[in-house]
Amino acid sequence: METVKKEKSVINTIVIKFDAISQNESFARIAVSAFAGVLNPTVEEISDIKTAVSEAVTNCIIHGYENCGGVITMELMMEGNTIHIMIQDEGVGIANVMQAMEPLYTSKPELERSGMGFSFMEAFMDDLHVFSEPGEGTVVRMSKSIGMLPRMVRDMDEV
Amino acid sequence: MEENFAVIENYLMVKMPSEVDHHESMALSKKADEYILGNRIKNVVFDFEDTKFMDSAGIGVIIGRYKKIECFGGKVIAVNCSRQIKRILDMSGLYKYIEVME
Ligand SMILES: Nc1ncnc2c1ncn2[C@@H]1O[C@H](COP(=O)(O)OP(=O)(O)OP(=O)(O)O)[C@@H](O)[C@H]1O
Ligand SMILES: [Mg+2]
Repeated sequence: METVKKEKSVINTIVIKFDAISQNESFARIAVSAFAGVLNPTVEEISDIKTAVSEAVTNCIIHGYENCGGVITMELMMEGNTIHIMIQDEGVGIANVMQAMEPLYTSKPELERSGMGFSFMEAFMDDLHVFSEPGEGTVVRMSKSIGMLPRMVRDMDEV
Repeated sequence: MEENFAVIENYLMVKMPSEVDHHESMALSKKADEYILGNRIKNVVFDFEDTKFMDSAGIGVIIGRYKKIECFGGKVIAVNCSRQIKRILDMSGLYKYIEVME
């Protein structure tokens, strides 16, 4: 009998809630790399995903909750070889999302922010969507497919 | 953290941590500025030999120190950058302001 391998049918979801404190930035990166690990990503793919998550989580802490703490929800979903990531805060929200997403735009230059967070998320992930309402909080959704190139080519690329 | 800083003539050498994120960078920037002001530092060298991860917070650390020394004609130099770090520096347009050496 023939076995049909349906990759798309593999779905796995985890949801983590954690305090909006800077110690948890590294925790969020470790969590997402552990979650993505089963897809056998390259060093570069893992680095891309960790950077994007780090940017989104840091934004919740610094901007969403303005360094006063709160709760961040991170949902990681795997669908076949695609990782979907949702990172949410219930903080101050963003009045002008288009402007916020422009490269080099920052509302906090005095905190040495460079305004590159959203640009990195956009560059390192396959897609990025930001939903926000002032006073309601912010939701960042992004996804990335792992292993779009044959493994051998991908490994060669890393040398 | 003191062991991550060394002063050689008018150069400040900064050994960057293994993960350069918002959490790690706050104390690092503060300490670097103490050295810059207290030791008549002209140039700053960031050594990324041990760094496995860096996000936009690292860009803030570099630009922040650059602004402190550039008015006196100082330079910022980055050494031992991995491919990932070079890509972050490049995307942020930092190559215009700093020297990246092997
Ligand atoms: N979760 C959030 N809540 C409220 N405002 C946000 C949030 N995320 C981003 N913003 C707004 O969008 C702007 C741009 O974000 P981005 O991450 O691109 O840059 P930054 O955080 O200011 O600097 P960098 O990420 O380079 O340190 C922020 O300055 C802030 O005004
Ligand atoms: Mg940011």
